[in-house]
Amino acid sequence: MELQTTLLLIPLLPLAAAAIAGLLRKQVGRSGAHWVAILGVGAAFFLSAWVLYQQIYLDLDTVNYTVYTWMVSDGIHFEVGFLVDHLTSLMMCVVTFVSLMVHIYTIGYMAEDPGYQRFFSYIALFTFSMLMLVMANNFMQLFFGWEAVGLVSYLLIGFWFNRESAIFANLKAFLVNRVGDFGFLLGIAAVLYATGSLNYAEVFAQAPEIVGRTISIIPGMDWQLITVICVCLFIGAMGKSAQAPLHVWLPDSMEGPTPISALIHAATMVTAGIFMVARMSPLFEYSDAALSFVMLIGVFTALAMGLIGIVQNDIKRVIAYSTLSQLGYMTVALGVSAYSAAIFHLMTHAFFKALLFLGAGSVIIALHHQQDMRYMGGLRKQMPITWLTAWIGTLALVGFPFFSGFFSKDAIIEAVAESTRFGSSVAYWGVVLGVLVTSFYSFRLLYLVFHKQARYEVDHHAGNHPPDGVLEHEPHESPAVVTIPLILLAIPSVLIGYFTIQPVLFGPWLSDAIMVLPQNDVMAELAQHFHGATAMAMHAPSTLPFWLMIAGFVLATLIYYIRPSMASALQKKLPQLHRILFNKYYWDEFNQLVFVRGTVNLGQQLWQKIDAGFIDGLLVNGSAKAVGAAAQRLRTLQSGYLFQYAFAMIIGLIALLAIWVVLA
Amino acid sequence: MEGNWPLLSLLIWLPIIGGCIVAALGSQRAAQSRLLALIVSGLTFVLSLDLFTAFKRDTAQMQFVENQPWIENFNINYFLGVDGFSVPLILLTTFFGVLVVLSAWESIRNRVNQYMAAFLIMEGLMVGVFSALDGFLFYVFFEAMLIPMFLVIGMWGGPRRVYATIKFFLYTFLGSVFMLIGLIYLYVQSGSWSIMDWHAYPLTLNVQTWLFLGFLAAFSVKIPMWPVHTWLPDAHVEAPTGGSVILAAIMLKIGGYGFIRFSLPITPDASMTLDWLIILLSLIAVVYIGFVALVQQDMKKLIAYSSISHMGFVTLGLFIAFAIFQHGPDTKGAALGIEGAMVQMVSHGFISGALFLCVGVLYDRMHSRMIHDYGGVANTMPWFAMFAVFFFMANAGLPGTSGFVGEFMVILAAFQANFWYAFLAAITLILGAAYSLWLVKRVIFGEVDNKEVAELQDINWREALILGVLAVAVLLVGLWPAPLVDLMHSSVAELLVHINQSKLPVAGAAAAGL
Repeated sequence: MELQTTLLLIPLLPLAAAAIAGLLRKQVGRSGAHWVAILGVGAAFFLSAWVLYQQIYLDLDTVNYTVYTWMVSDGIHFEVGFLVDHLTSLMMCVVTFVSLMVHIYTIGYMAEDPGYQRFFSYIALFTFSMLMLVMANNFMQLFFGWEAVGLVSYLLIGFWFNRESAIFANLKAFLVNRVGDFGFLLGIAAVLYATGSLNYAEVFAQAPEIVGRTISIIPGMDWQLITVICVCLFIGAMGKSAQAPLHVWLPDSMEGPTPISALIHAATMVTAGIFMVARMSPLFEYSDAALSFVMLIGVFTALAMGLIGIVQNDIKRVIAYSTLSQLGYMTVALGVSAYSAAIFHLMTHAFFKALLFLGAGSVIIALHHQQDMRYMGGLRKQMPITWLTAWIGTLALVGFPFFSGFFSKDAIIEAVAESTRFGSSVAYWGVVLGVLVTSFYSFRLLYLVFHKQARYEVDHHAGNHPPDGVLEHEPHESPAVVTIPLILLAIPSVLIGYFTIQPVLFGPWLSDAIMVLPQNDVMAELAQHFHGATAMAMHAPSTLPFWLMIAGFVLATLIYYIRPSMASALQKKLPQLHRILFNKYYWDEFNQLVFVRGTVNLGQQLWQKIDAGFIDGLLVNGSAKAVGAAAQRLRTLQSGYLFQYAFAMIIGLIALLAIWVVLA
Repeated sequence: MEGNWPLLSLLIWLPIIGGCIVAALGSQRAAQSRLLALIVSGLTFVLSLDLFTAFKRDTAQMQFVENQPWIENFNINYFLGVDGFSVPLILLTTFFGVLVVLSAWESIRNRVNQYMAAFLIMEGLMVGVFSALDGFLFYVFFEAMLIPMFLVIGMWGGPRRVYATIKFFLYTFLGSVFMLIGLIYLYVQSGSWSIMDWHAYPLTLNVQTWLFLGFLAAFSVKIPMWPVHTWLPDAHVEAPTGGSVILAAIMLKIGGYGFIRFSLPITPDASMTLDWLIILLSLIAVVYIGFVALVQQDMKKLIAYSSISHMGFVTLGLFIAFAIFQHGPDTKGAALGIEGAMVQMVSHGFISGALFLCVGVLYDRMHSRMIHDYGGVANTMPWFAMFAVFFFMANAGLPGTSGFVGEFMVILAAFQANFWYAFLAAITLILGAAYSLWLVKRVIFGEVDNKEVAELQDINWREALILGVLAVAVLLVGLWPAPLVDLMHSSVAELLVHINQSKLPVAGAAAAGL
């Protein structure tokens, strides 16, 4: 098959599947919908893997071409086109693989849902959108993919549109993302302003010439144009990749069905911001200020969001805060110019976090949609596969040596240690402490869900909607369509780091996509100390992060396994701290008060006072009244509404002619 | 091909004469009126497609020109012609001509023939506005088209229709009076009613400023711009669905078209000196009206305010060119802004038309436009919900829909002129999504909490056809706007050359003297 045809088919097959499953839902039926979606996405995965294989073993060059010209205006070419280098094909494989796993898993998870076909249609549409995003060779298509994944995320968070909490969460997610997109769009406009083009290759080629150009935004203050571009673009990334203060939508997005929490809100869509900054490394490299900003936002998110995860009771929310924290790690890596480390962590995280989410979903169906960990416990016996894969995912997440997360997280910490950029010393302590936090909340989750005694009762007469802590049936292991994806995701969660660290981080793999200036190249420093993955893992026990990870494990074991009474005792000892963390620093309350209420109030004021009060009340109706009053004095014969207006017009006409005469 | 038969006259007079015949059928023959109206509007649309296929893209010359003496004493001619600005708007008009007939098929029950006739006549007159090249002829069409609209609102409108019509009348008529004075002045000075002659006629800055303000009075009301926008929400609320659709989809565009046909080329120097005013008012429209739209309780009012906010992009795109010219030699962005304004007009036609039709679908069933009467409509009307979410997303400027294209172009152009213009314009990304999707949340999603919503019937094939056709149009322009913008390249280029040259006679005379 022609390469260009292959590339075109990769996004179009999932799109076709989405259209069939969604528009012909009656005709294809339930199994028809899942088969068409799985075939579409499965084919996209195999074609993506084929492209990657060709690149690695058959020396396929980077492909960069225009699919069609969207529009030409003012000499600017707006195009739809693909840029497929190693970075792209890596992302394509990750996206389609996780998506395929989630498709299969969904057969089990959504089995009883009346919106079955609609769900498959949405996730296939998501796969298409995400592929358009990562395959773009220009900013406009990037923005298209960016907003399209946002749309599908909106539709899926609100999938159960009868739930007030779900439709609140999806509106919130879309609007917070739009705040990010606002910055992103300005960034794109700034790119066009600076270079006259939206094509990556043309823009990147001109990047060195932008250095030194300034733009006056506040009169009297000249800002570096490149910094303005990069900060604006990064604001977009902050929305999509949920970096503080635009992180608030992600925990709420857990209102959506669990498969999409795994696919969209952990593995793929939320990493779009990370991918985008890495893709834009030829721009970001020229702005130390923007990169420092990126780094500090990242480290704050990594640590502050991890801390919240410690006190949450909802299993999905714990994993969601974990995702925020890990995204923070990736962002820090970007901020120290370790783009490849960020992408590496993005990849390993996609596997183990999807695994953890799907494992949580498996638990949730077993417990009939109970998500509160206070009513779990002891599920190890009933759900051995879920339990084992959850342990694997956790070990990868906390960075236990030889697991995939170890390599990627350690690389980030080492890279931050090497960096000399402004803020990197703060960032270093942030990411190191983050290891302790990650380890603590992760093992806490494992203990609360799978170990100790069950904290629910089984009552066969409980009915369909039993109270919390009561189940109608004994929980049991999920069906094969659920456990097989868990196993298939567990494999890369263990292995992928070990086998790919060399080519991805220190080999030539990403060098065609990522540009690092020599003075910023922390990864080159790391490469000098790197003597293979085995040596790196063996060396772990002599590093601080390893012992912090162990400390987190010991603490969690002590508090949640050996002496469970300690948890509530600690909570009573530190009520303030607990309250602040439990309420997520009151961030949502602040936003609700200032932004939501403020905006609505402003709208009310403008409408009532200016539109209705001043313009209509005083000017329009007032002038009508004034004319009417004058007319009353001038004549007594008629009084008709229309007449008054006609009269007003004549008066106006005469007045105008008078002015004309005077002026002429 | 052009020249062989008077296509433009056909497009104007076919619906007008057809409308008169429909009116003559009498109110007893409702079925025949509908059918005849559909045939006439359908035929007009099919004929108008020839404009698209035969239009020459590589010239800025007027095409399909017809020029006959009309009132010779005053040098008034029946002078028609189209360029890249008028063709898209005429096509939009004939396209919606068919849709409004279809949309009224079941919902209008009394005096069907008069309703259909009013829309057919209005269609012909609006095509006339977009193709008239004689100032007097333009004015006749411009005023005449209001009459059927008054009747539509006044006869088939809501309870406060009298207030709404009078407000509409007051605003638009008062505005156009000032334009008429300007037109008469131009005739007296130049001795010609030809708009093309006026384009070339040199004028002092003082005169240009007065003329500019006269045109502004007419077109700012039509489009409408802040602060002369308050007639629009009232007119929309009281108008029947078809009236709202035509008002939003076509009539507002006449304001934007007027700026392109009159203000920019006839008074370029005044436009250059007063561009800040238009840009300021446009940005107020985008931001301020966005906030106002957010708090509306009536769906039609919300969409009306949303329209005003979106039309802010049209005036911003048109006048950003002058801000770019003042910056210096690099004129990049000027064409982008004007073409963006045009795309925005066409796109807003599709989207706002579709949104008013969506409200019409709900109103036909529940006789309420209030947001709080709804909730959970997706449960009972899933296909309708799909269309509604799609069109509200398009209204929020989602890429891939036409709503994105114009806004994107204008924001990119605005950044070329000034960071803050782009910054304020881009706020629409947040506000537009906020008011559109908050409405979706309250109307479409949620639990069904009252009996009337629980008994709603999903859209029938006719409604699905109308919304489906519009959805295709919105997607087509969103995914491939090239055919649309290719229509206007030559005309935009010519306009930019023209408005970047001073028309001041003093400078010309001085240059000639040297």
